[in-house]
Amino acid sequence: MLLDLENVKKSFVEPNGDQLPILDIPRFQLQRNEQMVLVGPSGCGKTTMLHVIAGIRRADAGAVRIDGTDIESLSEAGRDRFRAAKIGYIFQTFNLLPGFSALENVLLGMTFARGRKDPPRAQMLLDRVGLTARASHNPSALSVGEQQRVAVARALANRPALILADEPTANVDHAHQSQIVELIRETCREENIGLLMVTHSQEVASQFERVDRLEEINRV
Amino acid sequence: MSLFGIAWRSIRQRALASLLTALSMGLGVMLVVAVLSIHGVVSESFRSNASLGYNMIVGAKGGKLQLTLNTVYYLSQPVENIPYEYYLEFLTAEQRQREQADPGRIDLKRDGRFGRSVALAIPVCLGDYVEEFRLVGTTPAFLDKLRFGPEMDRKFEFAAGRNFQHKSAEHGYFEAVLGAVAARELGAGLGAELHPAHGDPEGHVHAQGFTVVGILKRSGTPNDRAVFVNMEGFYLMADHAKPVDEDAEHAHAHDQDPPHDHDQAPDQAHAPKPQDHDPAHDHDHDHGDDHAHGHDHGHDHAAAGPIPMNQREVTAVLIRTVDAAVTPGLQNTINEGREAQAVLPVLEIYNLFEVIVRPIQTVLLVLTAMICVVSGISILVSIYNSMSERRHEIAVIRALGAGRDTVMTIILLESVLLSLGGGIAGWLVAHALNALAGPLIAAQTGVAIGFWNIELSEALLIPAILLLAVLFGFFPALSAYRTDVGKSL
Repeated sequence: MLLDLENVKKSFVEPNGDQLPILDIPRFQLQRNEQMVLVGPSGCGKTTMLHVIAGIRRADAGAVRIDGTDIESLSEAGRDRFRAAKIGYIFQTFNLLPGFSALENVLLGMTFARGRKDPPRAQMLLDRVGLTARASHNPSALSVGEQQRVAVARALANRPALILADEPTANVDHAHQSQIVELIRETCREENIGLLMVTHSQEVASQFERVDRLEEINRV
Repeated sequence: MSLFGIAWRSIRQRALASLLTALSMGLGVMLVVAVLSIHGVVSESFRSNASLGYNMIVGAKGGKLQLTLNTVYYLSQPVENIPYEYYLEFLTAEQRQREQADPGRIDLKRDGRFGRSVALAIPVCLGDYVEEFRLVGTTPAFLDKLRFGPEMDRKFEFAAGRNFQHKSAEHGYFEAVLGAVAARELGAGLGAELHPAHGDPEGHVHAQGFTVVGILKRSGTPNDRAVFVNMEGFYLMADHAKPVDEDAEHAHAHDQDPPHDHDQAPDQAHAPKPQDHDPAHDHDHDHGDDHAHGHDHGHDHAAAGPIPMNQREVTAVLIRTVDAAVTPGLQNTINEGREAQAVLPVLEIYNLFEVIVRPIQTVLLVLTAMICVVSGISILVSIYNSMSERRHEIAVIRALGAGRDTVMTIILLESVLLSLGGGIAGWLVAHALNALAGPLIAAQTGVAIGFWNIELSEALLIPAILLLAVLFGFFPALSAYRTDVGKSL
């Protein structure tokens, strides 16, 4: 089992002090090397769920087991290290660092994982996503599609066990959305990496064999 | 990519703001280095000038510091004069009997009261000027015998010509030697004739001139800025002889060899008599001017011999005692008398430095340190203000697996890089300016200063800058530490 959520709860505190429950997931699992998409309308808690799985936010209750490790039992620093080593995150808005070239953005993905720096691999990943000639360009010199490719390469940099992709095609033009999804799926397949993608796009969801609806697994 | 590399990239991303904050730190450090360099130059200048070749100055009663400043640095005005007869008390009988001027009633056959305690006694007569440069009437021993420098082993050397003689065949008593700076700024070379001004740079110019026979090499002492003349010639200038009673004035009827410094063989030349003594003539100089007595202005004594001893005064006597052990006793004895005072110039110079110069330097140093602190605050403000723009960037770095301490370290490194970069640039500029100003400083003070003249205290600069950087980088770093990743993404 690659990912196993058990009785995970998460709520936020509103400005007036009230608790706003966001997640109440009895069970959610993803098999090793499995690829799936989680759909739901905007604001239903998809990103929050990814943040909890990535260890960016701590669950209020429950267990989040990734590759056998319950990250909720780790300290914050422990979760940071785990995330660096085991999880690749593809953001909706790419979140490339503007002062760094494409290659350096991929290398950044390696910087915070111990013993994982591998510049040839970074270059190889850029080659794989078709950006060999753009390795030295800063994000401002790249198209939207090219920036998303760099984000994909960065997420794969540390050979993670799991890729979390948060609406990766939201800022990509319609014509290239399928290409981006296929690129992510293909590289995950080649690297034996599990993939959990969230989207509100039915068109993107249609490219996956397993599609879950968040409202079906979330009791909130 | 290292954390340093990430910090450096962040700085480059905000190039203009980074440059300005580093510049402010650089300016602060430059000022600190400038103050430290000035401190070094002043200290070295005082130190080198405190090694004078003599350990005591005897002059008229009055301010000790004024006597020291006037005699050593040619600053301020002479307090008063002391009788020539008192100067003779520092000579042995043998030295006294070598005097060539008419002694009048003075007994030259006995030892001076202090003669056996003194290894060297050099009279100086001050008060006249050649443009802004002090005229020093003295004996050839001043330039021949005195040694200076920290080891007291440097002697005055000539860039051109020779020392003035007591009396030369070409110029009689009227020879002059110029200090290196005086020669350069007066534009005077060998053979030039200088006419001193009486009592003030703008004062009445003597008709009698002195011929330049020597130009000194730069010594780094105040003597670089002086004009040395034969004391006999000094006395023979108008208004420099003390008026005496008519009876005393006619007591010198015999021919004498001209006076000389006490280590030379007596000159055999006949000493002409001074002319036109007019005791009724009013003193027309300010009190504190020396040697302005009696004679009509412009009266030329070129043909006269040395003036009698009773018409002479000296501004000061430079003394080197035979032994350091006798110095306190000799000083006390002189000070207990009514005629003169004895000061230890090194002590006076040291006190001046400690009481006045060092506190000023300390204040300057504190001010410049405060400038560095202000620069550090500007770094704090610059980085802190950037945090609101960078919160998302920090959240991304956190999402990539960086811990809180890692992002805090990156921000601290930015502060350190800005501070160190600005500080090092400021240090380099300050020392480059030192190198550029070096020739001017050397000419004015005698202290050599170049790019690599580094004060020991500058070693504290780097640790101080690092401390400031960490101190002022802490608050922005803390802000980065507290970034809520989930909210900021």
